[in-house]
Amino acid sequence: MDEAMRKRLIEAMARTVITHAEELTELDRQIGDGDHGLNMKRGFEAVLEALPATAAKPLPEALQGVGTTLVMKVGGASGPLYGTFFLALGKTMPDTPTAATLAEAFAAAVEAVKARGKSQAGQKTMLDVLVPVAAVLSAGGEGLGTRVRSQALAAAEATRPMKAIRGRASFLGERSIGHLDPGARSSALMIAAVCDAIGA
Amino acid sequence: MTRKTAAHVGVVIVSHSSKVAEGAADMVRQMVGDTVPLAFTGGNADGGLGTDVAAILAAIDRAWTPAGVVILVDLGGAETNSEMAVEMLDEKRRGRVAVCNAPIVEGAVIAATEASGGSSLETVKRMAEELSPQ
Repeated sequence: MDEAMRKRLIEAMARTVITHAEELTELDRQIGDGDHGLNMKRGFEAVLEALPATAAKPLPEALQGVGTTLVMKVGGASGPLYGTFFLALGKTMPDTPTAATLAEAFAAAVEAVKARGKSQAGQKTMLDVLVPVAAVLSAGGEGLGTRVRSQALAAAEATRPMKAIRGRASFLGERSIGHLDPGARSSALMIAAVCDAIGA
Repeated sequence: MTRKTAAHVGVVIVSHSSKVAEGAADMVRQMVGDTVPLAFTGGNADGGLGTDVAAILAAIDRAWTPAGVVILVDLGGAETNSEMAVEMLDEKRRGRVAVCNAPIVEGAVIAATEASGGSSLETVKRMAEELSPQ
């Protein structure tokens, strides 16, 4: 993967998070502490600032660079969770991924997020997007980008009827039902942005 | 760090709020004294409510002793960020830092009390965690 492509993909993720910061904060205000959008925006602004240097590195190092920046800048629980995702992704991803090695790296990153958050799918978190997306990637096949994109957005939407079991929203118990999970939404936005940037 | 505290487990308090962190530390100091190395941090990098991995790493460093350090946290992100900070420590220190599953104020006071008596890292952690509902 060349430098221009690395730059394009990382920038696409950062821009979508920054553009949707207000929406993410509003979702978090409903069932969390209302800082998800602001925290993520702060983190991805730092990612954009470091982008020229980050994109110049091979893909594994570039992804780990994004992870470290998110860990140090986002704050809140989403910092270490997204940071862990990108750190693990970079550790497993080859410089020129194929569909198979991408699926493998993505799956490893999802496992790392599960361990960091002591959580799994079905608890109204970002994992409710990451786990089904990992499954689509593992299955592979034609039109992968398009299917990943729609799976991510639909999976985030599917957190609405769920009851939160992990994270701040779990304090609300039954009252968390009926609200979209902010972490699931931000994960879906980033995945969709990457698919769009690839041209899927 | 004075020599007399070198054998005591250190205590780090990590809250979303710098006022909560500082207040909890004040209570520890008043109730336990200053034999135990104590550090606290609260708030995100912008000074708002939240936690900050870099600040947690700095607090671990301030409270560091060869006996190790226990960390007391409040809500979710404080725990996740503290665990992240522990993983980022160098290998020699990593195994000597424990995040306690305990209420932040009571846990800090109990941990510091236990540490002031010269208890091991494992004992300090266990005593603090006995306060947690199962």
